[in-house]
Amino acid sequence: MSVHAVPIRANFWTPGVLVLAFLMAAGAAAVLARFIGGIGYVSNLSTARPWGIWIGVDVASGVALAAGGFTTAFLAHILGRRYYEPVARPALLTAMLGYTFVVLGLIVDIGRSWAIWKPMIHWNFHSVLFEVAMCVMFYLNVLYVEFIPIVVERYKGRVSLPGPLSALNGVLEFLLGLAGTILSKLMWLFIIAGVVLSCMHQSSLGSLMLIAPTKLHPLWYTPILPLLFLSSAIAVGYPMVVFETTLATTSLKLDPEMRVLSPLTRITIFLLGAYLALKLGDMVIRGTYVHLLEGTAQTNAFLVEMILGVIVPWVMLLSPAVRRSRRWLFVACTLIVGGVLLNRVNVFVVGYRPPVSENYYFPSVTEILITVGFIAGLMFLYRFLVTYLPVLNRPGQEVSA
Amino acid sequence: MELSRRGFFKVAGAAGAGVAGSSRSAEAWQSRAPADPLGCLVDLTRCIGCRKCEQGCQTVNHLPAPDQPFDDLTVLDKKRRPDERAYTVVNRYYPGRRDDRDQLVPTFVKVQCMHCQDPACASACIVGALTKKENGAVHYDVTKCIGCRYCMVACPFEIPAYEYRDPITPRVMKCTFCYERVEKEGRRPGCAEICPVEAITFGRRSTLLKLAKKRINSDPATYVDHIYGEHEAGGTSWLYLSGVPFDRVGFIEVPHRPLTQLAESIQSSLFSYMWSPIVLFGMLGGLMWAFRNKGDRDNRDIGGQP
Repeated sequence: MSVHAVPIRANFWTPGVLVLAFLMAAGAAAVLARFIGGIGYVSNLSTARPWGIWIGVDVASGVALAAGGFTTAFLAHILGRRYYEPVARPALLTAMLGYTFVVLGLIVDIGRSWAIWKPMIHWNFHSVLFEVAMCVMFYLNVLYVEFIPIVVERYKGRVSLPGPLSALNGVLEFLLGLAGTILSKLMWLFIIAGVVLSCMHQSSLGSLMLIAPTKLHPLWYTPILPLLFLSSAIAVGYPMVVFETTLATTSLKLDPEMRVLSPLTRITIFLLGAYLALKLGDMVIRGTYVHLLEGTAQTNAFLVEMILGVIVPWVMLLSPAVRRSRRWLFVACTLIVGGVLLNRVNVFVVGYRPPVSENYYFPSVTEILITVGFIAGLMFLYRFLVTYLPVLNRPGQEVSA
Repeated sequence: MELSRRGFFKVAGAAGAGVAGSSRSAEAWQSRAPADPLGCLVDLTRCIGCRKCEQGCQTVNHLPAPDQPFDDLTVLDKKRRPDERAYTVVNRYYPGRRDDRDQLVPTFVKVQCMHCQDPACASACIVGALTKKENGAVHYDVTKCIGCRYCMVACPFEIPAYEYRDPITPRVMKCTFCYERVEKEGRRPGCAEICPVEAITFGRRSTLLKLAKKRINSDPATYVDHIYGEHEAGGTSWLYLSGVPFDRVGFIEVPHRPLTQLAESIQSSLFSYMWSPIVLFGMLGGLMWAFRNKGDRDNRDIGGQP
């Protein structure tokens, strides 16, 4: 593990964090309303539209945008490119928090939240969702395990609980030492398992809609939907790292890590290019380009997704000047992140057409509040954890120092 | 840089090969439909729109009483869908035919779960709470349900409804084919038993198909030559006969292949015996081993040029 990452120890309650706390409180109130009045009380979901933004954004996009975790783990740990370690840790933290909030989002979305454990004993191997659920469950635990060494690094030899709790100091110290010793031997297993589990459920999330050929708009409905989901998740991994690292280092006034981010996005040219080629090839082979200019909400959403979310940032990344410029790199990566997010929302919400009812869906205010509250909660926890745990690089610390 | 790129293409390639391989094994997909289930044949030319079937359904299944009584036929002025309070509804259509006094002739259509032979909802259900029974019913077991509503996404007929107003124990609500009544008491479903004009015939699906064909052949002027449900969604336990083209009375076009086929084929070709995760795990392990002393594990100064 890198020796450079340190707790930031910046002032925690900044105005930005207060805004996050306010959004979290609003979201919590909406969650409370959901568990008092039911899903129907707070959302615009219906028989015709059983899935809304909670699935499209909180779950599907949450999983896709947490892809930075396994893509950087692959680079830094499997291929041993320690050069990328400074971003692998924050990416791991984002993935861990991302999947945690995917599960929290599911607890709000599913009708019987208390029964969320039931897929563990009632197995339906024909169900794509069953496989996704199992992978997400295992992967979340893998992410927690991968994060343990960061906690060990921070507190080993430094456990000093106050007052009566100090009796536990020795026990905790022993546990931290034990975890550190065991994990240093076994971490390779967890790292590989994390990448395998990610590839499995990232693709299977796309298979989810294959069962509804009459409902998903033909621009998105394709037998290679799982491959598109996997390739877009792999492609968005590094841009997401750039996105979050730039936000974090700007907000916390740290080293922008451009030496690491620029080469990362050079790989993205190939990864995003592969996704773009698959997407265009699929469109040409199935002849769905005939729909492109129909001017409906769906076709327009597809155009925005493809042009602003894939083609424009891909062309931008081709330019070395863009890859060297912190601002333009951030713009390009934000577009890619937005493009993948829009893709997931399109597949699960916008492109979904109930075959019988002419049912128009737009999320209610409380639905949006819950989603926003979760995103704010994720950012709040990120901020909290980087403040007290060694995740980010020390301000002004040069990588090669 | 070169190394990571190649590595990624291997991963992506493996996944791609798996998906591509699925097209070959698509033929290996096996229907799990019961051989000769029970079913109902609804003859729209007989239905008089009395809503007795709705009433029978409500009584038999202990559903809440409707806002307007069942003998109030003004509810037919609006198109309705089955919902969490009613498993079946009757709708009235005027497809354009006129009688001798130049009055538009209505066609009444009873809507409920079609009880597909290879139900998409049952294939989708994460916990197997929905199952296709030997007697034809697509059965819902609330004790397994977690409320993910993937069944509602999967259903091509837009049938399962949800108790969205229940905060803790909502249920998926749809026609049960009066499973207990049919299976244990040997009786007909509530709607079929109460129908005063025998618009709903209950029996073996194969028998019903023969009966339907007989009716069409013996009176081709009355019926359109189409049994809705014979092939729709790979076949359904509920079958319909109509005097007017089905698309004029609210029936939607549904693929004739079971909707479960594609997703199930891809899943089983990728994950049978977990071969693809195991292969991927092995490949990544090999890569990690091969690069154990390479990369820049011992050299922090190697970096790509932007």
